[in-house]
Amino acid sequence: MKLGRYIARKTMWYLVALVAAVSLNFLLPRLVPGNPVDVIVSNLTRGGSITGDQQKQIYDSFVTEFGLDQPLWQQFLTYLGKVFTGDLGTSFGSYPTSVNTLIGDALPWSIAVQLPAIIIGWLLGNLVGAVAAFRGGNWDRSVFTSSLFLSAMPYYCLSILLLYGLAVVAGVFPVGGAYSLGETPSLSPSFLMDALSYYWLPFLSLVVVFIGGQAVGMRSMAIYELGGDYVNYARAMGIGDNKITQYIFRNAMLPQITGLALSIGTLVGGALITELVFNYPGVGTLLFTAISNNDYPVIQAITLIITVAVLVANFCVEIVYGIVDPRIRAAATGEK
Amino acid sequence: MSAPNAPLTDEKAAPRSNPFRSINLSTRFWVALVLVAFVVVLGMAGWVYPTGPGEKVGSLYDPPGDGLLFGTDNFGHDVVSVLMAGTRTSLIIGLVAGIVATTIGVAVGLVSGFVGGWLEELLMGVTNVVLAIPSIIVLILISISLPQSTIWSLAIVIGITAWPWTARAVRAQASSVATREHIDVARLSGSRLPSILLRDVLPYILSYTVMAFVLQVSGAILAEAALSMLGLGPSGANSLGTQLHWALAFQAVASGAWWAFLPPTIILTLVSFGFLLLQASLDEVFNPRLRRGKRRQMKQSAARRAEDARALAASRSEQDGDDAQDPESEAVPAAGRGIQEGGVA
Repeated sequence: MKLGRYIARKTMWYLVALVAAVSLNFLLPRLVPGNPVDVIVSNLTRGGSITGDQQKQIYDSFVTEFGLDQPLWQQFLTYLGKVFTGDLGTSFGSYPTSVNTLIGDALPWSIAVQLPAIIIGWLLGNLVGAVAAFRGGNWDRSVFTSSLFLSAMPYYCLSILLLYGLAVVAGVFPVGGAYSLGETPSLSPSFLMDALSYYWLPFLSLVVVFIGGQAVGMRSMAIYELGGDYVNYARAMGIGDNKITQYIFRNAMLPQITGLALSIGTLVGGALITELVFNYPGVGTLLFTAISNNDYPVIQAITLIITVAVLVANFCVEIVYGIVDPRIRAAATGEK
Repeated sequence: MSAPNAPLTDEKAAPRSNPFRSINLSTRFWVALVLVAFVVVLGMAGWVYPTGPGEKVGSLYDPPGDGLLFGTDNFGHDVVSVLMAGTRTSLIIGLVAGIVATTIGVAVGLVSGFVGGWLEELLMGVTNVVLAIPSIIVLILISISLPQSTIWSLAIVIGITAWPWTARAVRAQASSVATREHIDVARLSGSRLPSILLRDVLPYILSYTVMAFVLQVSGAILAEAALSMLGLGPSGANSLGTQLHWALAFQAVASGAWWAFLPPTIILTLVSFGFLLLQASLDEVFNPRLRRGKRRQMKQSAARRAEDARALAASRSEQDGDDAQDPESEAVPAAGRGIQEGGVA
């Protein structure tokens, strides 16, 4: 009952957020004075040899193709209908490829780099942070300072430094791209081995930053828990150190688990620029290309996917938290 | 969260002879200040630097030397001059966006936290919705919608996407201040709401606001850099982000032209790290529970604290941990502090 009310309330807020996000996603690019098609047509016809008449024809066909001649509300309904059936439209920039195809090609690369980086970074970061908090002293000092520095550093800056240091100067890894020229993506062992050598650098740059951030968070949580009243109580009761460490660890882990869920939610949009730096063919690079070509359908589709992923992840975390922790549920339904 | 009335609590502890004792600026603070000051000076230096950022002084990626400290970039411009102009732009964007975000956030947080009721529900509902939508997405959408982005429009756009977390934090603080006695006094004496908010509530959350502002500034600088690298930077202006954008677009990294991309990378890192450190050390100044004394004062209690920490770590002695709120009670905080002694020494 109480849980039901909590879930209903959260669901309502996230639905509102979803509607707001989808509307923003539709409306904002359409507020552009002029028309996105103008840019495309002027790009297409830059060569010169096309007469004004032909230009008009191309223009008109684009306008009908993208439904820009209809009133705004009708465009919105069409947009909603298409989004819910999973059709993200046709790309302006690489017409007539569908946006679904473009994203379908890019998404696996992004996920392949980021999911392992997030999970491994999370495990290592929490381990490092907890050990730093429990051991203290010089160990903690150096770990904390370097983690703070790493987590404060913009992730793309680290990518640039690693790319230059390890690929250009040291020559350990290939410079940019995801596979050697002449290879075509497939699941054959030879291609996978080739892709793996390009994989390390983006993976490394993401994992290092993630370890830093997680270690900082885990360390401060563990230190906070170390000073908790229940720790003193347990000590006064004569409970052994190992048992107390277990308590502390379990309590410090909760927020970290939330962090993991949220990171997986922000996965797609988490490292857009890393891909740019390494010229990796993921969603970030696709977005970059779309922005430079004014390819609105692609931009909109990417922003939509990222937003929905983040909203769903947030929602799941809040629901799980409501189930796990009754205090949050009570606070949210105003029964505190 | 930091106690807003920290200085009052501390009055009791500090000896009368030295009123400034309560302000112990840590090494961390000075390191942060030096980093931030360096970046600010670099930005200012652009005004007196002889070469303009748009002046062509060489060809594509001339190496350092020949009177040019960092050689030339892809346009043949002097990298140092572009770096100075870019740092200045980034700082301006950070400041303006920080002011916009902090103003909106504090206003929304104060009103919703203090007034409560349906207004709080409404404002926090809006805040939560905005918070749930990733801000980089809204930034990208607004940026592609702007016919032309200048550094000012970019700063304002960044500012209006960054306020929600400040609003949430300020609301929590404001609603705790709202229950204090002096607010009742102000109400009974007939003060109007705006006056109560500004005179009786705001001072208590000012320290928090300052820290939030510091983080907003560095966040905005990084947001601008991210947008610029995606190709949505201010048109016709140099910023740290646009400098990196061009360096990446013209293959500076692959061709080994380190002078074109390392300077902005390093400055961005310094900005981010410096502001974070500044915020952390300000937290120590405002929040006595986190405060670590200067060396001299630390010596006095060092022995006792070490003893306490050791005793606690060994968990053999009984200690009263009830007074964790009181900065003078060393029992619990000392253990944490013993470990927390890290940071930037």
